[in-house]
Amino acid sequence: MTSIGTGYDLSNSVFSPDGRNFQVEYAVKAVENGGTAIGIRCKDGVVLAVEKIITSKLLKPGSNKRIATVDRHVGIVSAGLVPDGRHFVSRARDEASSWRGVYKGPIPISALSNRLGSYVQAYTLYSSVRPFGVTAIVGGWDSEAELAVDGQVGSGPKSGSGGKVEGAKTGGPGLYMIEPSGLYWGYYGAATGKGRQAAKAELEKLDLSSGTLSLVDGVKEAARIIYVAHEDSKDKEFELEMTWISSLDGPTKGRHEEVPKDLLEEAERAAKRALEGEDEEEDATKGNSNETERMEE
Amino acid sequence: MNHFPEAWGRPRDDVYGAYNPLYLQTTGPKAHTQSPAVTGTSVVAVKFNGGVAIAADNLASYGSLARFTDVKRLRKFGESAIVGFSGDVSDMQYIDRLLESIDIRENYSTNGNTLNAKNLHTYLSKVLYKRRSEFNPLWNHILVAGFDEDKKPFLSSADLLGTTFSAPHLATGFGAHLAIPILRRLFPEETPLESISKDEAVAALRECIKVLWYRDARSLDKYSLAVVTEAGIEIQEDQQVEAQSWAFAEAIKGYGAQVN
Repeated sequence: MTSIGTGYDLSNSVFSPDGRNFQVEYAVKAVENGGTAIGIRCKDGVVLAVEKIITSKLLKPGSNKRIATVDRHVGIVSAGLVPDGRHFVSRARDEASSWRGVYKGPIPISALSNRLGSYVQAYTLYSSVRPFGVTAIVGGWDSEAELAVDGQVGSGPKSGSGGKVEGAKTGGPGLYMIEPSGLYWGYYGAATGKGRQAAKAELEKLDLSSGTLSLVDGVKEAARIIYVAHEDSKDKEFELEMTWISSLDGPTKGRHEEVPKDLLEEAERAAKRALEGEDEEEDATKGNSNETERMEE
Repeated sequence: MNHFPEAWGRPRDDVYGAYNPLYLQTTGPKAHTQSPAVTGTSVVAVKFNGGVAIAADNLASYGSLARFTDVKRLRKFGESAIVGFSGDVSDMQYIDRLLESIDIRENYSTNGNTLNAKNLHTYLSKVLYKRRSEFNPLWNHILVAGFDEDKKPFLSSADLLGTTFSAPHLATGFGAHLAIPILRRLFPEETPLESISKDEAVAALRECIKVLWYRDARSLDKYSLAVVTEAGIEIQEDQQVEAQSWAFAEAIKGYGAQVN
């Protein structure tokens, strides 16, 4: 059943007779035109990367960041309508701050994603609003060490368990993707935006579920995947923006930061080399086939 | 005695008559904090060539009771500022959470937290002044140590009234009476900052903390010491007053073991 002319796509929160919400599906279309954004959950951290299409030569290179920090340990990147993404990030920051107000500590990535999922879903329920035109990837690191409570001044009694469980394993990387419908899943590798199909194919090759990919390798893979995903819209120039969150003993100490310039440039060079390599291989195989054709002649 | 537990231990109605609820004030002006509850004592700080040193003991007193003995009253802000708190500990925790939220917000920009100690002091003094103007003061006297916008060592104080004061060496609480004279003798007025080394500043602070431990009844011999320099913050939170000598106490009437 098509949405055209049926009238079921004119208002938000209205189902069509076969159970679809067309406004949400149109929001997904908006996302599909955005620059590719990906996230990779590595064993010791999370990488976020986005293909930032340059819309004007008058924009300052490196400005207008598309990946935002929430609290200290979370990064959010989105594909789709940029202002919707900004508002989404603003809400995420409010949620993280209110969590601190109640629990005196950083919000777990799972809890933040849950709250954001609920928030986005609420925008599919009312005719007075439209759904979010973004699919957002939320990546972060939950501290594996026991953190001090915000404002804690002492270390408490030296004897007794204090209600603690010995040897409990906590913390680790978290990666979630939230869609315009409010649907969210946790992922090993997530991709959205224009080049998502190519990016997903590349992510699947990485065998992320085995939990062996290191963060630094993840950075290089992320850069390569964005370059691969850009192949289909080669006529447009783009900037690669990349951030990461490592474990507490890693390079960012559990914080969400930009990937350092030298590592980013190294990853970009490697990505370009990998692409050129592929082209040469293709040319080589073509050449061979030509030869065989000729031999047949 | 009856079998109602809420009546046990109370004046008996058959002897004293029923309690007159008019004595319970149910209306009246709204009252805010009129005195601190759990308190920290002095904070001492000295500027030196290339930085600031600051020290405070690890005690939180409940009235005259030495209640908490591992309290960290020197709090880091960003990579190059320290706030030393004396006064109410719960108000300190409130301000600490406030600073935490500011640090988080500052880090949202790509440049990171660019607020220096001077910005921080300005902000805190305004928070304190606003609260005292609402007749609901944050019961603290704070020292802010770090650098100003010209990367010069910065040290300034703000109290629960919002009063600010700056000097090459500062102390709050009892330290204002006991430590400042020592620091003035060691580093007289007009001493150029360039002539004071980090080691001299730290040694002076250790001496001040020792004297405060001798003479301030709300102090402790375990203390924290932080040094802010261009290179960052070094903070030691498990310092002990060394080489104590209580010989001077023998001759003082009413001091220590001597009762009469």
